[in-house]
Amino acid sequence: MEIIKTAVAGTLESSDCMVTIEPAQKGLELDLESAVIRQYGKRIMEVALETLDRLDVQNARVSIVDKGALDCTIKARVECAAMRAAEHEGRISWGGVIR
Amino acid sequence: MNNPNKYRLRRTMMFLNCQKPGLIKDPYIYKPDSIMLDLEDAVAEREKDAARFSLYHALQEIDYRGVERVVRINGLDTDLWREDVRCAVAGGCDSIRIPKTETADDVRTVEYAIAEAEREFRRPVGSVLIMAALESARGVINAMSICDSSERLFGIALSGGDYSRDLQISISGTGVEFMGARQHMIIAARAAKIQCFDTVWTNLDDMEGFRREVETIHSMGFDGKSIINPRQIPVVHDIYTPKEKDIIFAEKVIKEIDEKKARGIGVFTVDGKMIDIAFYDGAKRTIALAKASGVYEGDL
Amino acid sequence: MINAVGRDIPEEILEITGKEPFQGNFYKDDKSTVMRGPTIRPVMNNQKSKLVANIREALIKCEAHDGMTVSFHHHFRDGDLIVNMVMKEIHDMGFRNITICATSLGKAHDPLVPMIEDGTITGIESSGVRGKIGEAISQGKLKGLAVMRSHGGRVRALATGEAHVDIAFIGAPTADDYGNLRGIGGKADCGVLSYAIVDGNHADHCVAITDCLVPYPNFPAHISQTKVDYVCVVDEIGVPSKIASGAAKPTTDQRKLLMAQYCTDVVVNTPWFKDGFSYQTGVGGASIASTQYLAEIMRERNIHMGFGVGGLTKAMCQLLDDGMARVMLDVQDFDLDAVHNLKNVNHHRIPAGVYANPLNKGAVVNKLDYVVLASLEVDVHFNCNVVVGSDGMITGAQGGHPDTAQGAKCAIVICPLLQGRIPAICTDVTTVTTPGESIDVVVTDYGVAVNPARQDILQALKEADCVPLKTIEELRDIAYSIVGEPEKVEFEDRIVGIIEARDGTIMDVVRQIKDIEQPTVYRRKTAKRKAGGTAASRSSRAK
Repeated sequence: MEIIKTAVAGTLESSDCMVTIEPAQKGLELDLESAVIRQYGKRIMEVALETLDRLDVQNARVSIVDKGALDCTIKARVECAAMRAAEHEGRISWGGVIR
Repeated sequence: MNNPNKYRLRRTMMFLNCQKPGLIKDPYIYKPDSIMLDLEDAVAEREKDAARFSLYHALQEIDYRGVERVVRINGLDTDLWREDVRCAVAGGCDSIRIPKTETADDVRTVEYAIAEAEREFRRPVGSVLIMAALESARGVINAMSICDSSERLFGIALSGGDYSRDLQISISGTGVEFMGARQHMIIAARAAKIQCFDTVWTNLDDMEGFRREVETIHSMGFDGKSIINPRQIPVVHDIYTPKEKDIIFAEKVIKEIDEKKARGIGVFTVDGKMIDIAFYDGAKRTIALAKASGVYEGDL
Repeated sequence: MINAVGRDIPEEILEITGKEPFQGNFYKDDKSTVMRGPTIRPVMNNQKSKLVANIREALIKCEAHDGMTVSFHHHFRDGDLIVNMVMKEIHDMGFRNITICATSLGKAHDPLVPMIEDGTITGIESSGVRGKIGEAISQGKLKGLAVMRSHGGRVRALATGEAHVDIAFIGAPTADDYGNLRGIGGKADCGVLSYAIVDGNHADHCVAITDCLVPYPNFPAHISQTKVDYVCVVDEIGVPSKIASGAAKPTTDQRKLLMAQYCTDVVVNTPWFKDGFSYQTGVGGASIASTQYLAEIMRERNIHMGFGVGGLTKAMCQLLDDGMARVMLDVQDFDLDAVHNLKNVNHHRIPAGVYANPLNKGAVVNKLDYVVLASLEVDVHFNCNVVVGSDGMITGAQGGHPDTAQGAKCAIVICPLLQGRIPAICTDVTTVTTPGESIDVVVTDYGVAVNPARQDILQALKEADCVPLKTIEELRDIAYSIVGEPEKVEFEDRIVGIIEARDGTIMDVVRQIKDIEQPTVYRRKTAKRKAGGTAASRSSRAK
């Protein structure tokens, strides 16, 4: 999936996270800011990277500001931001790349 | 098709905005009978896509502990509802609520899309139920044909906000403006042997008014109410819990009829009064409701 | 050495502090214990004035020196101006290695952090610390050990001489020129001076600071002229709006109301809920709501509260005004309603020692039937942590938690199962502040767990069938199933603080937090050829 513009998904409300995806020339950069980074930082990075892998996002700068989101929310926000940044339209592959 | 969930208990159906992770993560702790994960009015136009991703993963990953998961899709007048159906069915929802239903064809249109999605996502065809919200004068007038439109349809619900606007009135809090719609809808639903649900009560500061309204719709025969806040749940459940004397009477009716029928007797009496065989189904419903409400421990 | 709650207390800490590891709640019960008095300079000369022009003069007259210990009370809560005012003077005069022995420290005291960093302050003894000071201690900036004591434990430490205060600074809403102090009246009305009374009794020097000097005698005095060396009048001792933050608005948060309902169900279905029962609760939304639910049932069943105690709020004082409670015993006022309620003849001030000191001849907490508490974390051994956040940062205070939990026949802890993503019910708390043997019931939004040591309570609740009962392990498992099991937070070896048990033994230690880069960055340099592959190399780099 090619990232062609900057896009944001999610909010800074409790139990949510805000994901920003920007186009990048080469490689994937992911950074995380979280109040629970000591307890869940690794897990959040893992979930985000798996999600980006499934979406085949190869070149992008991704930043996540987490407010205690569950894994399902992290996935949903990363996917939404990526879809927006790639200007994806039409049917979504539920159960395929989205799972 | 015989979906065992079609007639499940639905006293409280709680709306939740799909776009709010804090709301959808554990509504089951308040023990509503159903939650209605909303993709429609609660979700801002520019967040429609985001709400679907949240919905899909919530349905897939959150254990709602037996609470029915209804998804309210966007209206048929939008270009959103087809993807909403795919997302909800793929995620594994139990039911879909159609907003602004006006005709039986509306239900059948959605039913077709659901069946398509069931095949696409390898769910048994017929596993997803439907409820139809009537939000206009036309919808309410067409209640009977809507009720008869689909085997999947478990119930109809009044949606008071849009309906009152269509009627060119404002909501008074007394219920007078909904009298006709409520009466019409409950009769249609009963004629079609499906359930009927009342509209939301939005003034959370007026819990007394809410209680009165729930008492009214309960006595009118409604199966439950759409709610917007967990605070409303205990009130509804309390009113829908059969009273002790009703349970005792129902128990006697069932035992009397079972026993006499077994002995080939066709005349039934409870507490010295003659009763009709027609009492039997009602008594069964009372006992089932009492069991669901956790107030019946008898052997029926 | 492993103590009675399974925490390893390093030998070096036992050596430095001269303390023993925690041995269980009743280790010092009935054991002979020596109490110590202060060294004072009597005032016999009737010509002597106790008034001083400013804090500097008071410090000089009280023989302030490097390495001294100064004390403060926290009745002005987030509106306190005294601590910063005095410490600024001490700092400006160039004193070093000062220990602060406070009843509590909060966000109002963030300006002390630079003084910790520059070595003015090297020791802190407090019920706990919120705000930036907590962070500074956790980051290892305090040279000495922070000592966290419960309210009762602090009184004990001063009374036995384990803690010694050179100069106590007592902010007083009203004072006369000879040092009769009252907690009521004036501009910074806080109602009571309960936590400061022990300082009057045991500090060598005692300086009253007021912004409302009244004619002699300021009676009845809450702290007597016989304890006070000097009186200093300043412009302002507190910010009234932040002292008694006003009556808390009743919560509409359904989660809190749900827990409040469960809590009330526990209280009314256990054997001590009968006419004359005693009760203490807190200031959280759920606590206040549960007091209101309880009041309804008390009225229905015509059951009166014998006495209520604690930090008081409107909800508790209402019971007194309505005749539903006979007596209120007051150590702190959280809102203006509670302050004003002191006019009620059955609303009594009590000193912190009477309230909670474990080593006197029986404190009020021993007479409690119920206490309703909160907690940051509770573990499967029912140990509670109210001081150190799950992220390892010092962020709270013991207050009367360990005192009341031990004293009450039925100690109930209310906490939501999850705080954001953080599971409040866990396998092991980050730091033990109240031992599991003191905690009887844990109320969460997902269900209620009873300490298996309390079969009597479990039986009563089972019979009443009033709340969803779960084992504490079940609650933890539910929490972990939703949020995942948290990684263990990493600490440095250095110990920055100790958690003292009520009796002065060591409950646990607090270690320095490890630095962590935030944000964390991963970068994959080579682009993949094909979707779905995961072979691309990942490397992390520190920013």
